[in-house]
Amino acid sequence: MANTATAFHPDSALDYLPLEKLRELQLQRLRAMVSRAYERVPLFRQRMKKRNLTPEALQSLEDLAKLPFTEKNDLRETYPFGLFASPLREIVRFHASSGTTGKPIVVAYTKEDVQDWALAMKRSLLACGAHAGDIIQNAYGYGLFTGGLGFHYGAEALGASVIPISGGNTERQIMILRDFGVTVISCTPSYFVHLIERAGELGVDLRKLPLRAGIFGAEPWTEGMRRHIEEAAGIRAYDVYGLSEIAGPGVAMECVHQTGPHIFEDMFYPEIIDPKSGEPLPPGEEGELVLTTLCKRAMPMIRYRTRDITALSESPCPCGRTLRRIQRIGRRADDMLIIRGVNVFPSQIEAALLSVEGVLPHYQIILERRRGLDELEIQVEVPSELFSDTVGALEQLRARLGHAVETVVGLRAKITLVEPQTLQRSQGKAKRVIDKRKL
Amino acid sequence: MKLQQLSVFLENRPGTLIEPCRVLAQAGINLVTLSLADTEKFGILRVIVEDWKAAADLLKSRGFVVKTTEVLAIEVPDRPGGLAGVLETLGKAGVNVEYMYAFPIPRAGRAVLVFRLDRPDEAVAVLQKNEINVVGPVELFRRHKAKGD
Repeated sequence: MANTATAFHPDSALDYLPLEKLRELQLQRLRAMVSRAYERVPLFRQRMKKRNLTPEALQSLEDLAKLPFTEKNDLRETYPFGLFASPLREIVRFHASSGTTGKPIVVAYTKEDVQDWALAMKRSLLACGAHAGDIIQNAYGYGLFTGGLGFHYGAEALGASVIPISGGNTERQIMILRDFGVTVISCTPSYFVHLIERAGELGVDLRKLPLRAGIFGAEPWTEGMRRHIEEAAGIRAYDVYGLSEIAGPGVAMECVHQTGPHIFEDMFYPEIIDPKSGEPLPPGEEGELVLTTLCKRAMPMIRYRTRDITALSESPCPCGRTLRRIQRIGRRADDMLIIRGVNVFPSQIEAALLSVEGVLPHYQIILERRRGLDELEIQVEVPSELFSDTVGALEQLRARLGHAVETVVGLRAKITLVEPQTLQRSQGKAKRVIDKRKL
Repeated sequence: MKLQQLSVFLENRPGTLIEPCRVLAQAGINLVTLSLADTEKFGILRVIVEDWKAAADLLKSRGFVVKTTEVLAIEVPDRPGGLAGVLETLGKAGVNVEYMYAFPIPRAGRAVLVFRLDRPDEAVAVLQKNEINVVGPVELFRRHKAKGD
């Protein structure tokens, strides 16, 4: 096992910095980063000036709380390249994720950023005991989503043998899992639950395979689900945390003790704030996680509000890392949904429905999880403007609504037409989402 | 010449069909004829009543989604080949049949079928030219009340 007292990997050195040294390093990096962002990112400079602040105001880590926040909306409004601190010719990679409207959130990386990210991911893999001798099946989606390539680069940097299988085609995944002698798998936890079921149907006993670990993230999952996965597949299941706006996967990762992901805080500085007031909370209290990138060049993020609710633990971990742990993320401070690992905002769905005929029907989003797979159903009350006398026309309407949602959200949705007045109405905000999944 | 038919959207679950029927019954509105188009997911109830405007308003006020469609009541000889003949006439004129269903009005040798066509005005002209009787609403409801000749 890597990173024990006798098998220490030098790339994990920064995980174990004495606290004093860690804080010094963080402050040094923070000051350099804030200066650079101040020079090169107009939105950030404007906001600092509005508060009568310059980079010199940052004399201690506590001073970070004086600086303005960054929110997902800022990325939407500066779409596509408005927050870049490096010229386009230095950008070697783009990624994107969902925004609240149709336009995606764009993130970018210089060559150094890609290397730093790969190193964070490598440290993540080392933390949960993966090593160069592992055969890693990466079933996170490859493409604009950061999960696929993020994991890939980290696993390759580790020296492991990587299978870039991406998502889907579960039968083939199981075949490769078995035939290649895979030892570590990475994918969303719900997908792995689905894979377990499918394997059962195919008569493949995952417990008999060399597979010994799974690295799961991109959506919230419970201790109950972890136990189920570990028992049914005979593996250790580790929680990974990340978000595209900060880097991708590898922002935080559980060590072998599985007591919550360690944040690689020499690269990503964490704060916990009260989501309503924006004030920093005392150590250990639950609130919204705010992250500041300390190394990123292309798109430095200062006090980015993740909308994830968690707490930072200051207590020491048996693994010896001085990097603080966050508790498992269970809920968010906004209405974003995570469906099969994909971020979805109800407002995107609403915009899609409206786009079909220019009429917004009453709708309700129903989420269920069957055999590990999330299913998205949208119940739509047929308004008289859209009601047609022929079955064909109604079926076409259904198809158009489904297509619009799929285009915006990236997931297949089942559209069910319902009679008027059947969907719940409440005083004030209508209950748009019914999440039946027991996460 | 054209008849107004009401279409009502129904979910495909138990009890949805009885609702509009009950609403009309309570208002003393008699269903002259009806048809039900169904798919796995939903159904469309098509109804002919004499006072279609009152019926439409009533159903809408009760929260139903209602649409009014123009249809034709065409007299078809009640013998083998009767329907085929009418369909041929329509087909030759390039008129398409969207759907059709029967009227329970007995009259010796003549059945009445309700047709939804894509070009009803053209159809009326073609049918009359071919001496096929299109029964207008006034005559139709008179027959219905009289229940045959």
